[in-house]
Amino acid sequence: MAGHASAPHPETWIEIRPQGLYCVPGDFYVDPVRAVDRAVITHGHADHARAGHGAVAATAETLAIMSVRYGAEPEQSRQALALGAPLRIGDVTVSLHPAGHVLGSAQVCLEYKGSRIVISGDYKRCADPTCAAFEPVPCDVFVTEATFGLPVFRHPDDRGEIAKLLDSVALFPDRCHVIGAYSLGKAQRMIALLRAAGWERPVYIHGALQALCDLYRDHGVDLGDLRPATAGQKGVARDDFKGEIVLAPPSAIADRWGRRLPDPVVCMASGWMRVRQRARQRGVELPLIISDHADWDELMDTFDDVGAPEIWITHGSEEALMHAASAKGYRARALALVGYEEDGQ
Amino acid sequence: MKPFAELLDRLIYTPSRTAKIARLVAYFRAAPDPDRGWALAALTGGLGFKGVKAGAVRELAMRRVDPVLFGWSYDYVGDLAETTALIWPEHPTNRNWPTLGEVVERLQAAKRSEAADVVEEWLDPLDATGRWALLKLITGGLRVGVSARLAKVALAEYGRVDPGEIEELWHGLAPPYVELFAWLDGRGSRPDLEDRPIFRPPMLAHPLEEDEAAGLDLSRFRAEWKWDGIRVQIAARGGETRLYSRTGDDIGRTFPDILDRVTFEGVLDGELLVVVDGEVRPFNELQQRLNRKTVSAAMLKTYPAFVRLYDILFDGRDDLRALPFDARRARLEAFFAREHPQRMDLSDLVAFDGMATLDGLRGAARGTATEGLMLKRGDAPYIAGRPKGLWYKWKRGPLTVDTVLMYAQRGHGKRSSYYSDYTFGAWRENPESGSAELVPVGKAYFGFTDEELKLLDKWVRDHTVKRFGPVREVTQALVLEVAFDSVHRSTRHKSGVAMRFPRISRIRWDKPAGDADRLEAVERLID
Repeated sequence: MAGHASAPHPETWIEIRPQGLYCVPGDFYVDPVRAVDRAVITHGHADHARAGHGAVAATAETLAIMSVRYGAEPEQSRQALALGAPLRIGDVTVSLHPAGHVLGSAQVCLEYKGSRIVISGDYKRCADPTCAAFEPVPCDVFVTEATFGLPVFRHPDDRGEIAKLLDSVALFPDRCHVIGAYSLGKAQRMIALLRAAGWERPVYIHGALQALCDLYRDHGVDLGDLRPATAGQKGVARDDFKGEIVLAPPSAIADRWGRRLPDPVVCMASGWMRVRQRARQRGVELPLIISDHADWDELMDTFDDVGAPEIWITHGSEEALMHAASAKGYRARALALVGYEEDGQ
Repeated sequence: MKPFAELLDRLIYTPSRTAKIARLVAYFRAAPDPDRGWALAALTGGLGFKGVKAGAVRELAMRRVDPVLFGWSYDYVGDLAETTALIWPEHPTNRNWPTLGEVVERLQAAKRSEAADVVEEWLDPLDATGRWALLKLITGGLRVGVSARLAKVALAEYGRVDPGEIEELWHGLAPPYVELFAWLDGRGSRPDLEDRPIFRPPMLAHPLEEDEAAGLDLSRFRAEWKWDGIRVQIAARGGETRLYSRTGDDIGRTFPDILDRVTFEGVLDGELLVVVDGEVRPFNELQQRLNRKTVSAAMLKTYPAFVRLYDILFDGRDDLRALPFDARRARLEAFFAREHPQRMDLSDLVAFDGMATLDGLRGAARGTATEGLMLKRGDAPYIAGRPKGLWYKWKRGPLTVDTVLMYAQRGHGKRSSYYSDYTFGAWRENPESGSAELVPVGKAYFGFTDEELKLLDKWVRDHTVKRFGPVREVTQALVLEVAFDSVHRSTRHKSGVAMRFPRISRIRWDKPAGDADRLEAVERLID
């Protein structure tokens, strides 16, 4: 691999700044949490892809997602990077590699004088019909998330969870199933999984999901018949939603928006649903353990697959993951980056 | 074990009572004996294992898991059984899941020293839900949102019998209830409990609405005080005596001062009270004796229990329930004169000559350990449940105070999109600063109409100052008139007072918060 004896250790050329991870020789940030002059972005979730940067490099899909979110941003220069294609920024070579998290998500590989660091952003290892699968990239330092950095988090097979949902739909034909799902990634994956499981009826979606579902479609992800979950008569539940599946951002369900739903079975698609009390606190009746983040076992396997001697941990349950990585013989360090959502779905 | 684990897993997330019953019925239908009987025992709190305690579960986890990782996980999850279930390393195995029957029977037979090994062996073939259900089962306290009563109602629905019939048999039967299921399935006869002191479902009263009171033919009714204790049934038969709560829970263990003195045979209906020197003490004192596992000698001395009798269901083995009230009353008086039961007396009939007298008596009831009056039809037999038009409870008018809304919490089920649970406070002087501050005096979630709920919900959203998860703190500006039956001292609340049955009686949109009541005004209402 990269590191010959004279290669500078990444800690000599990567800095942790309040804005985020900063590459000194390239003069750019990766996933900065504030507006900066130059940024490389791993994926389109709002805590990683903020508005207002001067120049942005990312996959074409991620750039498209940012356009949907933030509009055109005419002042900004954008560079679309194909997966695996190298880009020179100063003395640094940047390349993107699939992360398996959401459409367009990529790990950012930086190489400088024979030293290599991979900033993986958010990632998962299980198959996802809506995005390219994670590819391990050999490196000197692997930067990982730790959203589910506790060994209690083990995501089951998503097909089993979808089966649980469809069983419930069959059991309660007079109720509507409303699924709380992040508007970018989780929602589209849920729809794709439903289609794969044979659900051919229309899926009704909250207005906040429309633009991103359209975008997924434009990128070749078939989501079938989608219809807006509009309100009927104000304050009265829509009886025609009985027996149907509705998707909405989690925050909308427990709010006034949810009153249009007839006796809904509240479902939530999230890795957090593994913990019963957490699911109950959120008023969830049918928890679906479906996550776009690596679970504990995937985190452990990924460290071995990537084979980097050193692991830096960004956000989540850093302590436990550091402890476990150290026990496996890796040098592990918590970066204490601020600004990423602990509550990633 | 799998169907049982799935049942618990689904129940814990099911908010609606109807849906819970449906799940239980489906389980009773699908599960074989004796598994379903053990499940029923677990759900009704009738199953315990001596061998395995929380400490043993933690030790088990330590056999397989890094203690540091377990510690962080436990901090996060907050429940020992669930943490262990989730963190347990999965080892694919060809071994089958044990059945619930195997689990129960093997654990009941296991020595204390073997129990942990037995459980460890089961944890490998199970999945996370199975492990959770197993660990919940053996450490006791399922906490899946199903009361013993609800489980019995579901069982009645399963067997298409009246829930009263289940209650009536319940305390004469033991897990795994094979005989009971055989009867419910139509494969066997009704279990014969002739010689057992079983619970007889009680007759209950309807509240008397003010407009209804005027139309009542009072000549047909008898009046009694409505005592502020808890309704109990004393059942003595075949040399055994039981004390049951209104819902059929056996509460006798902590009331030896009643049970040990029973010398008669029969079934009596009355009010459990604390009586000192012939005087009924406030409900608060009775509460010291309730929901305890054991009772100390000091408790028995400070809060002596007493039963005030108002009905008789069986005199000896003679079933009196079909007799009219007047005839039962005569039998009760005769029984009392004959048996002289200790720590008991008769609840007097209250003489009256018309509605005005009754209303006056009801109003004067405050401070006398009564909550109002009971009106019972003289010709009514003793009918289990809440038959219409025969028994009325006529509570004295509630107390009210004007309070200020402080916090609102999201409701559950149909109300989950509404802020429907309200914590309200009264003014007091801050002991340090001397300035006026609100201190919470209670929490209420009913008393308002659906229309008012919408308005309250909107007001809460528009006046939020802080959020704590499902709770919002609001501007101290909205006055709520709160009605409650009584108020007593409490060391568990910051305000030092606790209300019984608080509800929102009026929303005072017009009233300035500064004009709401002070804590001292609430304290003056303590009985």
